[in-house]
Amino acid sequence: MSARHPTGAAEAGGSGDAGTGGAGPFLAHHFEDMGHQLETTTLGIWLFLGSEVLFFGGLFTAYGVYRANHPELFRYAHHFLDWRLGATNTLVLIGSSLSAAWAVRAAQLGRRRVLTATLLVTIALAVTFLVVKYIEYSHKLHEGIGWGASCHPSAEILATLPEHARALPVPARLGTFFAIYYLMTGLHGIHVLVGIALFAWIAARAGRGHFGPGYYGPVDAVALYWHLVDMIWIFLFPLFYLL
Amino acid sequence: MTTAAADAPDRAGSYLAHGRGARSWLLSLDHKRIGVMYLVAIGASLLLGGVFALVLRLNLWRPSGGLVSNDGYNRLFTLHGAVMIFLFVIPGIPAALGNFVLPLQLGAKDVAFPRVNLLSFWLYALGAVLFVATLVAGGIDTGWTLYPPYSLESARGLGILLALGALFVVGFSSILTGLNFIATIHRMRPPGMGWFDLPLFLWALYATGLIQVIATPVLGITAAMGFLERVFHLGLFMPEYGGDPVLFQHFFWFYSHPAVYIMILPAMGVVSEVVSVFSRKPIFGYRFIAMSSIAIAVIGFLVWGHHMFVSGQSRTASVIFSGLTLLVAIPSAIKTFNWLATMYKGAIVLATPMVYVLTFFAIFAVGGLTGLFLGALATDVPLHDTYFVVAHFHFVMVGAVMTAFLAGLHYWWPKMTGRMYSERLGLVSAALTFVGFHLTFVPQFVAGVLGMPRRYATYAPAFAGHNRLSTVGAFVLASGLVVALYGLLRSLRTGRPAPANPWGAASLEWSASSPPPWDNFERTPHAPPGPYDYTGLRHVSDEVGWVRGEVTP
Repeated sequence: MSARHPTGAAEAGGSGDAGTGGAGPFLAHHFEDMGHQLETTTLGIWLFLGSEVLFFGGLFTAYGVYRANHPELFRYAHHFLDWRLGATNTLVLIGSSLSAAWAVRAAQLGRRRVLTATLLVTIALAVTFLVVKYIEYSHKLHEGIGWGASCHPSAEILATLPEHARALPVPARLGTFFAIYYLMTGLHGIHVLVGIALFAWIAARAGRGHFGPGYYGPVDAVALYWHLVDMIWIFLFPLFYLL
Repeated sequence: MTTAAADAPDRAGSYLAHGRGARSWLLSLDHKRIGVMYLVAIGASLLLGGVFALVLRLNLWRPSGGLVSNDGYNRLFTLHGAVMIFLFVIPGIPAALGNFVLPLQLGAKDVAFPRVNLLSFWLYALGAVLFVATLVAGGIDTGWTLYPPYSLESARGLGILLALGALFVVGFSSILTGLNFIATIHRMRPPGMGWFDLPLFLWALYATGLIQVIATPVLGITAAMGFLERVFHLGLFMPEYGGDPVLFQHFFWFYSHPAVYIMILPAMGVVSEVVSVFSRKPIFGYRFIAMSSIAIAVIGFLVWGHHMFVSGQSRTASVIFSGLTLLVAIPSAIKTFNWLATMYKGAIVLATPMVYVLTFFAIFAVGGLTGLFLGALATDVPLHDTYFVVAHFHFVMVGAVMTAFLAGLHYWWPKMTGRMYSERLGLVSAALTFVGFHLTFVPQFVAGVLGMPRRYATYAPAFAGHNRLSTVGAFVLASGLVVALYGLLRSLRTGRPAPANPWGAASLEWSASSPPPWDNFERTPHAPPGPYDYTGLRHVSDEVGWVRGEVTP
């Protein structure tokens, strides 16, 4: 997105222009200087994140509408979700946001080893998140909890519900709750996957010494994206697991 | 286009000669080439949607129909609507003309994100292929609004899935264009150009971009939810699985109502440019026109419920939506009166772009005023789903947007191609379009008020007169468009070379040569005294065009 001529010397890390001016091998032809390019790409990412919020916003609205229409369903269904796994994943993602922010700082300061290390930590935490999510999903599906019409919880899993919930009949629309659950967490999971790919790309470029005080826009952009992915989970966790 | 480039020396250094062969176009990052590719693709979509329209009109010649089967008619009007709206009217002005003009008006070398721009074009192309593929898959007969439960019934095959996929993909194309334009207008202005020195076309594109970025993602997620609902029966929109079909309507119109402002705002931007240049007068009420674009974009987000007055929405909600809807009339009227004041005592030049803009005024006034009847609760309920609605939105979306598109296309054609079009053919096309358009749609207003319902292949014999007038009008309108197309294409071979500034306009795109070189400007130009400041511009000759006074020809 930012570099039209990515070939060239790998010494951007040392050019020392503090991101506010100067040229470099990664300056696209239509920008005046690196500062101009950085400002522009940052604005572009913020606009993209704005549209992402609206993209998820449709699903959040669907959640709100169905919760308002069927509050008893949502109270009942959340017992199937293990808040400990959700909380673990919340901590994992918050940790990954920290390491992502750290990576941006390392790029700005031109500390290449710290940059590579923090990027790898971020990727590792993101993978951990998906592994936990995989455990949750596969457990759910194993117990017959699919989405929509394919949601028939097994007797075993029903037996694990709290006493007051066990006394109730299984709601007919349980599948709609899990449709929204799988849609929202699934779309979020896809964003995590994309984030992993982006961080891998950034790490590869960092390994080639592309980033430094004069050029760190892509690290910043991917980290901003990652913070949004993190933020969305911060809302998903209480909405599904706690409320 | 390449043959014309070869025999015109003035094109040697232009973007048209920068690289040859299909690859240099299809993978070009140059905003001008992407704009031209969009123009070709959008023109093809207009042609396709137009052929559907003519078949529909022919079928309506007789009250009993008979040219196509009733099911075939339903499929045709669905695809006519979908192709025209998503592939022609929404991307038409911003993606084709905007892509070409926006960086030039800023004195910039390109849009902020050239790769994103190319991606946007290819997403558009993919979406177009998916829409057309619905034909191969048997077509869909749901109307362009795709309302469930009808649209998501389990008996439906691939067609609806392709259509939903197309919406998703085309939506992202639109988001990326809007995002690119906003970032470009924020960050790529030349030294000396403040926000209130922008040409009004850019204010319009900016307001459009805001709607594209904010509203379109909701269409995307709705299409995805509909897709999954159809495949997996999730219980989101289908009552039989526990879903809520009205929620779909809310989501759909949360995008699709602001989308009508995605259509009309850029059209208004073109009009603001043309009306000033061809009245030889600075635009009247610059700030009011600029701010009314933003006002329309903002209010446009709060009125979607006026599409759902008879969908079981609460009465309180309907009253509020109705009131908010009527507010849109204020900024629209502000613009109209400022345009008319611009023309007042101006030295009006009746060139093709200006004639199209005058057509726009006539059509937009009627289209806008009939919108008030549909926004007001009491009159909408009886008019709902009649031909009055059809005539209203064709006045705004076809009449107004298409005439502004043709005005802009003729206005910037010399800049895009380096050739002057034939003024005679242009005026003939404008006259045919004006007559044909009114002949097509005025009878539909009348038939609608008399109670003729929309979306039927057959109708009561009492409406035969209205429908025949309308069908004749459609063919006159089509002939106008064919003449316009012929005139423009012919100019590529026989048109005289265009000077840099053939119209005496003051905005920056006219200081680049026609056609512009690959990176637009040798060095970043300084902003002109004002985008509508014509002092010092004088006409030298048809070959040299207009120059600033201090420059000797």
